[in-house]
Amino acid sequence: MKSTTNNSRRDFLKMSAITGGGLVLGFNWFTSDANASTVFTSVAPGDINFNSYLSIATDGTITILSPNPELGQNIITSFPMVVAEELEADWKKVKVVQANLDNKFDRQLTGGSGAVPHSWKLLRNAGATAKFMLVEAAAQKWGVPASECFASESFVIHRASGKKLAFGDLAEAASKIPVPSTVKLKDRKDFKLIGTSLKNVENHKIVTGKPLFGLDFYREGMVYAMIQRPAQFGMKLKSFDGSLAKSMPGIIDVVSFKNNVAVVGKSTWQVLKARKMLKIEYEKEFALESTEDHDQLFLNLMDNGQATVRRKEGDVDDAFKGAAKVIKGEYQCPFISHSPMEPMNFFAHVRPDGVELVGPTQTPGRARTQVAQLLNIAEDKITVQLTRLGGGFGRRLYNDFALEAAELSSIIKSPVKLIWTKEDDMTAGTYRPAVRYRFEAALDASGNLTGYKLRGVGINSGNPTRENNFPSGAVDNLLIDSVEHKSPITTGAWRAPITNFLAFAEQAFLDEVAVAAGKDPVQFRLDLLAKAKKSPAGEIRYDIDRMEAVIKMAAEKSGWGKKKDVSQGFSVYFSHASYVAQVAEVVMKAGLPQVKKIYAVSDCGQVVSLNGATHQVMGGIVDGLGHAMYSKLSFREGAADQNNYNSYRLIRMKEVPEIETHFVDNGIDPTGLGEPALPPTGGAVANAIFKATGKRLRNQPFIEEDVFKTIS
Amino acid sequence: MAIYKLQVNGKTLQADVEADTPLLWVLRDHLGLVGTKYGCGIAQCGACTVHVNGSATRSCVYPIAAVGNSQVITIEGLSEKGDHPLQKAWDEIDVAQCGYCQAGQIMTAAAMLKQNPNPSMDEIEATMNGNICRCGAYHRIREAVKLASTKI
Repeated sequence: MKSTTNNSRRDFLKMSAITGGGLVLGFNWFTSDANASTVFTSVAPGDINFNSYLSIATDGTITILSPNPELGQNIITSFPMVVAEELEADWKKVKVVQANLDNKFDRQLTGGSGAVPHSWKLLRNAGATAKFMLVEAAAQKWGVPASECFASESFVIHRASGKKLAFGDLAEAASKIPVPSTVKLKDRKDFKLIGTSLKNVENHKIVTGKPLFGLDFYREGMVYAMIQRPAQFGMKLKSFDGSLAKSMPGIIDVVSFKNNVAVVGKSTWQVLKARKMLKIEYEKEFALESTEDHDQLFLNLMDNGQATVRRKEGDVDDAFKGAAKVIKGEYQCPFISHSPMEPMNFFAHVRPDGVELVGPTQTPGRARTQVAQLLNIAEDKITVQLTRLGGGFGRRLYNDFALEAAELSSIIKSPVKLIWTKEDDMTAGTYRPAVRYRFEAALDASGNLTGYKLRGVGINSGNPTRENNFPSGAVDNLLIDSVEHKSPITTGAWRAPITNFLAFAEQAFLDEVAVAAGKDPVQFRLDLLAKAKKSPAGEIRYDIDRMEAVIKMAAEKSGWGKKKDVSQGFSVYFSHASYVAQVAEVVMKAGLPQVKKIYAVSDCGQVVSLNGATHQVMGGIVDGLGHAMYSKLSFREGAADQNNYNSYRLIRMKEVPEIETHFVDNGIDPTGLGEPALPPTGGAVANAIFKATGKRLRNQPFIEEDVFKTIS
Repeated sequence: MAIYKLQVNGKTLQADVEADTPLLWVLRDHLGLVGTKYGCGIAQCGACTVHVNGSATRSCVYPIAAVGNSQVITIEGLSEKGDHPLQKAWDEIDVAQCGYCQAGQIMTAAAMLKQNPNPSMDEIEATMNGNICRCGAYHRIREAVKLASTKI
């Protein structure tokens, strides 16, 4: 086996650092104490003991590090935009570099729609502090008060004389200016970059096929590996015979650890082929569960399970006894897989003196901690280099693949790139849990909601309710509880955890209640919010005004209730810290409902990158619609029935409706948008389908429901 | 194992591999051309799309023994400076979210535009429907293909 051309591949993921001539301004972005900021001259960025930094070279190049893992949420463009805004940098001179894991950063992870909200003020302070020092340096040079100078487009300008100096020429002198204890941040009306559509800084690399992703990483001397894991949840490894696999061309070794049998070789294909030649025996360790068992369990636990009370207001029993009308609805969803396009993979090199990890993870800090514990090695001996992630959706919050790579490298004493196939990804777990909900509502004679009950039953779901979300606070008598079944089938956070299905169920049920009450679904929600505002039933953990505003704007933008040629469905949801209302429009085509258009109104506070925000809303809707419509993982004796895109259906281009996005401009600081646009979609679509067909969708995937079955 | 001489991006390259090795893994593991992506390995997602004699081909199921003297073009060879109308349109429309599927999307679209430089939206959808974008950037992919078609 010989490689013919791979010079360009060596160290292609090595991070570049500003070298020569420049100086580095280091800032503590992550405390409000600007005194902690320090200026360094002629120090390589890697040596700076700070949380994060930007640097300015004498040629005017501004390097901004982006600490958080980039998986498509556009953080590598959005973060630097905030710094550059306050710095008054010329965006064309900004170079963005993906940072590696470093203790100087805080919350260096991707999850919970939290990056921009968390870092907003700190990023702004970083830019503003540097700008203050550059302006001060120019003023001293000119012998004028700093108040007479301002910064713009990477220059400091003296207002009266029009004299100007470039940032690059000022950087040296600026480094000697004492760091200000407080800096003034820009008024949002003066934003030039924030809120605009700057392009993704990695576009060129993406469209020319440059090595960016974990799977693209190559290191001279590394070996390739794949692992055979038990195909059934509940089984454990009993014995294996790797001799045939080991005799295959290019195979270096077959080793076993935990329940894994790993095949190590010289190329991906050779390893993939040899893995099929493994002879492995498994034995039962836990119950081998099937979807049929779960369906039965849901029914049993719904009525007889030991429920944990999550929230209780007033007296629900009393409210239901005295009700003029009682409405009940149950909703169920299957397990689903994250299945990002790039399968799991990680590079690890465990040496006697330390560990090198490279790859796509949403939580690099946790990967380091977990590997340190696994190998009993100090964290400061472990480095983690971040690659771009080919999607995450929550799957890469977990570092099982990084741990496997590290353990394997420690056994074979070689640098190794561990690769999962798509089948491995889909069958080895960490799914969105299967959940069933029962909602009950009590209405008085005037159609007011006087009682509300929700029970959630989930398989490894934790608490599958969000007990403090709307309509909690708007109903005087309320009981929310949950039951969990523990299963060997592993589950985890899937984009908009829990709310990705709960929002559908809740918004579909509220539609049922509105119809039963003889009220317009939009007005029904507004009435509930008005009630919550006037006489709250217990604690309110959402912002009534923000929710009301997105509801009203969505109704207005979609022409709610005014269209004759389409059936509209409404949904609104608060998740993480943002609010999104959606209206879906459905038409009937050849007897089947077809989603034509979805309107989305989002309140995520200040939009940083309009392009990125629009992407997150549209992508969230496509993701929410696609999985609600088509996707499911079912199980037989602990094994997933679906294992690749031929049996596990994802939404495709022809199936996406038109999407119209709007953002509320209310001057609130950013509240996050990676997830909140996804939860409302299923409900809006299901409610529009009810309008069109008179049929309620109660189970996902929708495609298996009666309204989607053609009459043959 | 045998030595295969391949015509890739206008160059003659060689790899010593088994006859059933998919073109995808020869490109990625042996020739250092990692722009072509592994997504599903069963020709369902299109992330691995390359051109073989001008036709959009799923390299994950295309054995090296079948390549022969065919001209193989990968994303790295689509244009010299990364300025093919599709690559420019992808930047103009800012198509990518995670970006992993985009090389395959572009190669699929490029083969179509060679055959049909002025496709309708329906024709674009019919061709691009074979490529999965898990982030759901379909609207912008469609728009970018349309834009590129006006520049070819």
